[in-house]
Amino acid sequence: MTNEFLPPGLALQKADEKIMTLNVGPQHPGSGHMRIIVQIDGDYIVACDPDPGYVHRGEEKMAEYRNYITNIPHLERPVIHDSCNVLYPYVLGVEDLLGIEVTERAKYVRVICSELNRCIYTMYWLAIYGIFLGHSTMFMWPAGDRELLIDLMEKISGARVTHAHFVPGGVRNDLPPNFEEVCLRQVNYFEKRIREYAAVFYDNPILISRTQDTGVLSREDAIRLGVTGSVLRASGVDYDLRKKEPYDVYEELDVHSNVMKEGDSYARSKIPWLDMLESCNIIKQALEKMPKSGSVRVKLKPNPKGKGLNSVYKRVESGRGSLGCHIVSDGKVEPYRLKLSVGSFRNLIALPYLLKGEKLGNMPSVYWSLNYWPVEADR
Amino acid sequence: MSVIAPDFKFSKFIQSLISDVVWFVLIFSLIGFPIIMMVLFFIPMPVIDGELLTPFLAFTYLADPTRTLPIVQSFMMTDMFKIMAFPGFGFAALLAAGTIFVERKMLAKLQLRVGPFYCGKFEGILQLMGDGLKLISKEIIIPAKADKPIFWAAPVLFVASAAAFVALIPVAPGWVVADVDMGLLAVFAVIGFFPIVTILSAWSANSKFPFIGGIRALFQMVSFEIPLILSLLGVVMVTGTLNLSEIAASQSSFPWILFLPVGAIVFFITMLAELERIPFDLPEAESEIVAGWLTELSGMMYGLVQLGTYLKLYAFAALFVVLFLGGWNGPQIVPQFPMEIVTNGLELGPVTAKIGGLEPLLTELITPEMINGVLMFVLKTVGVIFFILLPRGVFPRIRVDMLLNLGWHKLIGLAFVNIFIALALVYAGVLGPGGLQ
Repeated sequence: MTNEFLPPGLALQKADEKIMTLNVGPQHPGSGHMRIIVQIDGDYIVACDPDPGYVHRGEEKMAEYRNYITNIPHLERPVIHDSCNVLYPYVLGVEDLLGIEVTERAKYVRVICSELNRCIYTMYWLAIYGIFLGHSTMFMWPAGDRELLIDLMEKISGARVTHAHFVPGGVRNDLPPNFEEVCLRQVNYFEKRIREYAAVFYDNPILISRTQDTGVLSREDAIRLGVTGSVLRASGVDYDLRKKEPYDVYEELDVHSNVMKEGDSYARSKIPWLDMLESCNIIKQALEKMPKSGSVRVKLKPNPKGKGLNSVYKRVESGRGSLGCHIVSDGKVEPYRLKLSVGSFRNLIALPYLLKGEKLGNMPSVYWSLNYWPVEADR
Repeated sequence: MSVIAPDFKFSKFIQSLISDVVWFVLIFSLIGFPIIMMVLFFIPMPVIDGELLTPFLAFTYLADPTRTLPIVQSFMMTDMFKIMAFPGFGFAALLAAGTIFVERKMLAKLQLRVGPFYCGKFEGILQLMGDGLKLISKEIIIPAKADKPIFWAAPVLFVASAAAFVALIPVAPGWVVADVDMGLLAVFAVIGFFPIVTILSAWSANSKFPFIGGIRALFQMVSFEIPLILSLLGVVMVTGTLNLSEIAASQSSFPWILFLPVGAIVFFITMLAELERIPFDLPEAESEIVAGWLTELSGMMYGLVQLGTYLKLYAFAALFVVLFLGGWNGPQIVPQFPMEIVTNGLELGPVTAKIGGLEPLLTELITPEMINGVLMFVLKTVGVIFFILLPRGVFPRIRVDMLLNLGWHKLIGLAFVNIFIALALVYAGVLGPGGLQ
């Protein structure tokens, strides 16, 4: 068997005394559920080969055997912390296929849930970014402050992590009584809290000297590699789907998309933090503009069917960038084919380009600044 | 009601205790006691205070425990006591255990969590004991391709080096295990052992991550040893001695940190690097190289390295106190003992209560000055340890190139500045060998 048929990492390579091959992962505190095969020359990385696929679950194939409603709880599994945003494109697509019109209040509830979930995900991501850089306080604080928003989502949907709250035709339940007040209070406190992170983390001179000018992704390379989300915006491309292709009620809200020009690890780590502040702003606007009463769910027929041979592609801005869902229907109760196009995998493509020539000590910061979630990339 | 023992009754508990004691006394007096007597018959007895220690005399000690005080006093003056209990290993290990507890609780408070909580009822105070028992009970796994003798020896060598360092620290006047004239040179020699032990352990594991960690540790310790030694030269210049006890004694009126603040700062930073503490914990950077040179150590081997690390932390903090903060010197806050009561006894009506042997112990060995010195030393050391622990909650880890840059460019320059300050002080006649001129 020649080298090209073997999976990466198993292939025999010509021995080079100067080059050491390190298998970072899958059993490694700095890798997540994947492996990065790193070749180092002294302290410098000469080649890097990300090897995802350890948590592949066949979500897309599973979706072909379940009907449009029972697909909901398992399609949110790739990123359970961001479950509302993962379901969002699917739900929008199914509504398009079935021809359902959603009420105004349901759209606002969706936006609130989506933004809350984006913050919950980003806090988890930030916690891991902190501990990857050896900053244990930045691991504990976001992991604790996440609870504020998780409690809110629990009030809305009844589940703390896997909400399964979005359904075709709206959301599962109406908001609990007195929710607006509680939400505003929690979100205000949350905003105050994450502003404090700047003092201990983002303005920390050691952090700045460690992450600035490392793993620089230029604007042209970012567009060429097809990265999305915070990574793209950190490289100076103003591309936020909430502004470019507004879905639901985002066009009625004042959404500001955060852009930084540097394209280094620091910019990539700061953009999600700025996004969280922006999410708080959006939640407050949505709470103000939301109709105070009304239905949140359109009554569906049991076992809805798609109309003939039809396909639809919808995408939303998730916590990790553009998240698209392509549904092909052949008129049956279950989709003929479902394809999830996720931001994590697109961002991972940039990793070998960024790590080449970097020092080994920069590997965790560059890797995790890509806003990457291994489980989502594997699907 | 306790969940663990729902049928628990206090009366039954007391009953079982009493029956245990009765059985123990019965069996001991019938079997154990005759055996001990038979053994004692063949052993030559020592002479204490001009009296032969017969079994009868030993029994009078049971009736009057104060008669053991001269024995205690002579034992406290032996080298064995100094090495094992105070001011050697036992004292240092106690402070190190306290350090671990304070570190975990303080860091937990800083990070809005509880920390160890359940073990030992009060704030998880016995957590360390639980962790130690766990480490002892764990299996020790040696990598198949490891160089086994060196791999086994490295943790022991690490603790031994740390203990040698502890032995050089004077805690109170006269209370030091090894009072050598070349004390500071001996300290440098002991510090020089740590990188060797580290690289031996890392290399003998024959694994990639420990190897990278060991190389990093070698870089870090060797390049920070130079500013470490240079920053202490200022103190040597102004005191004119290398003996740590004399350096501590020379600061009776003011600590050297007032005159040599630059040296103290440089020493503190190099201390953090030598101790591999955040922000200089590169040899153990978990997100890059798992646990660095500790990766392949398991069970009590890891426990020994942790023990050595904290002993080293105590020793470095104590060295900082001795060199810059005045050691045992400080205001006398411990009151004088009521010596007339000790000498003449306490008159309680017709009876005079007097403890023989207490007077020489309190005048020769445990004086109020000694207790005060130890108290001052411990307070200062705990303060320094607190500042060593604090960066862990605030700073991320730095990178190898930044570390070497800091060590070679900035700290060595600052250490030379400190030497020039010390020279200026000596030549201006402000300070000289032995203190203020």
